[in-house]
Amino acid sequence: MKLDSWGKYPSVEHRQVLTPGWLPTELPFSDSETYLCYGQGRSYGDSCLNADGSLLRTTDLNRFISFDTETGVLRAESGVTLEEIQKVAVPRGWFIPVSPGTKYVSLGGAIANDVHGKNHHTSGTFGCHVRRMALLRSDQGIVECAPDENEELFCATVAGLGLTGCILWAEIQLKPVKGPYIDLETIAFGSLDEFWEISKASDQDFEYTVSWIDCVSTGDAFGRGIFMRGNHSEQADKGERKPFWKDFLRVPLHFPEWTLNNFSMQAFNTAYFHAGKTRAGKKVVHYDPFFYPLDAISDWNKIYGKRGFLQFQCVVPSENNNAAIKGLLSKVVEAGNASFLAVIKEFGNVASPGMLSFPQQGITICMDFPYRGERSLELFHRLEDHVAEAGGRLYPAKDACMTSDHFKAFYPNSTEFKRHIDPRCSSSFWRRVMGEELI
Amino acid sequence: MKKIVILGATSAIAQSVARNFAADGASLLLVGRDEQRLTAVAGDIVARGASEVQTYVCDLADHGNHEALFQAVPQKLPCFDTILIAYGTLGDQEKSQASFDVFKKEFDTNFLSVVSILEHFARVFEESGAGTLAVISSVAGDRGRKSNYAYGTAKGALSLYLQGLRNRLFSSGVDVITIKPGFVDTPMTAHIEKGPLFASSESVGRNIYQAMKKKRNVAYVPWFWRYIMTIIKLIPECIFKRLSI
Repeated sequence: MKLDSWGKYPSVEHRQVLTPGWLPTELPFSDSETYLCYGQGRSYGDSCLNADGSLLRTTDLNRFISFDTETGVLRAESGVTLEEIQKVAVPRGWFIPVSPGTKYVSLGGAIANDVHGKNHHTSGTFGCHVRRMALLRSDQGIVECAPDENEELFCATVAGLGLTGCILWAEIQLKPVKGPYIDLETIAFGSLDEFWEISKASDQDFEYTVSWIDCVSTGDAFGRGIFMRGNHSEQADKGERKPFWKDFLRVPLHFPEWTLNNFSMQAFNTAYFHAGKTRAGKKVVHYDPFFYPLDAISDWNKIYGKRGFLQFQCVVPSENNNAAIKGLLSKVVEAGNASFLAVIKEFGNVASPGMLSFPQQGITICMDFPYRGERSLELFHRLEDHVAEAGGRLYPAKDACMTSDHFKAFYPNSTEFKRHIDPRCSSSFWRRVMGEELI
Repeated sequence: MKKIVILGATSAIAQSVARNFAADGASLLLVGRDEQRLTAVAGDIVARGASEVQTYVCDLADHGNHEALFQAVPQKLPCFDTILIAYGTLGDQEKSQASFDVFKKEFDTNFLSVVSILEHFARVFEESGAGTLAVISSVAGDRGRKSNYAYGTAKGALSLYLQGLRNRLFSSGVDVITIKPGFVDTPMTAHIEKGPLFASSESVGRNIYQAMKKKRNVAYVPWFWRYIMTIIKLIPECIFKRLSI
């Protein structure tokens, strides 16, 4: 059976896909097959796929177990989405401690990829806020772990790409908020140096920072973008209603490939920059468009056509006046065919418990590229080499083509991590980067 | 706030309906066969904002358990105002054809046991002069088809019965809501290949919740099934008997 990741590349077949309705007490797979948990399929590459192996979908394991509205401690089955958590928590004055760019990810997926958000510089990754979880493993049955209990298994499971067993449930600490609003400030910047200055100046006073960057334009416009920074607003209720049509925005079918070309990309990036520049200033916005702007358009991945797309996200240290990031951006601009949604952000130094956690101090940049066969893969490998030379790393949750050597260099903990893998767990990603065979 | 008794509370659709009412702060009594599952659903509903949640373990298909159920409901959830019947089985058509016992069991579970329960609560609500009886039937009951007429017959009888009940209870101020879901992606239909007409249990649950709040008489969920079934019912029998749909 076929199940795709969000990038729709690679496209693989699975031996079987099971969707249990209730928390399993034993794994429903035979000894001759490997398995992997699949939540919402929002990883971009192959980290949520298990070609020719089996998948356990957690879609129906979506019950809350307990929610203490006094302390903000929430325990839920791993298939609950962040959307559901926000829906239940926000009206009662609580908020997800770390929000990725989409709310349509499962709790288990957020932990397994140790997702990060606009507040990495203040709050670290999602895994920093996990208090406890239960895993179902083929060799040990149900095991609980926490930062101070089965600590190694806990650290392996956070950012463990689902390979340490099936996360049954998890308990997280939410953060208190006054209401659903964000005090947002938008600033246009003309170059990467300017971005760097604003970022430095914002770290102290703004919990959330993120920028969109133009990765098509050259010359004077090189490195321009829009910086957004915000804090939770004290305002409890603006009394506004979401326009009804917002529920119906959807990309109905795969776009033909010719619609994405250098001309349309250039036009989009220029229009986006000027629209952002015009809107610059302060305002109060709902958390939804601020944290999850793309969620407003269902199935936006279809814009990239049937062959899908690749996402490239790396982090590089911000040494030598950001030479590395400038070099990377020049390579992308040079290659053309770049993405219209590139995001840049400065990570802080809050450490994650996860052994294979991606974020490290430095600048992260994230771009989409329509998949165009060999040409795309070549560009990716060029960018990868650049990141490796700069002492950075790539993000497994978004990757579909990182080489084995690079992975091992980016994640020296992977040897240590291997000891904690459930012997029946595997993924397409893992076999690719570790050069292992399917059992 | 509403006080709702859900019979068959661990089904995927029932859970989704319960979540919608929980967000409004309703009180619920969840009835089902499996204690562990009921507890899991109850925890979920409480976390989602329900004022109060009770559970009661009962195999509803067995008429012998009904007296005890009728005693337990007002004790567990006094002043309940709504009953939602959400249990049922999608039996194997071929087995029903091969064995009358299987056919009879399908009919008992999906129709007669429901009648036993509804007649009781109809009397209770009739006396108090208020209340809502919401029942999940099926589009399969709108026309008999070879692929599932054992199930379809029971659901068809149920829909017909609900018409009569609605007519009887109208003057007492009691609402009867017939809910007819189309194809829903749930564990009950896990073995069937999914086409574009399949709806998620989340969206179907939300539609049922809305139909219950608006006190619709007959609610097709999702809405487009009303038109699909209208067309299917219009096909003359001399043509219909030749079709495989």
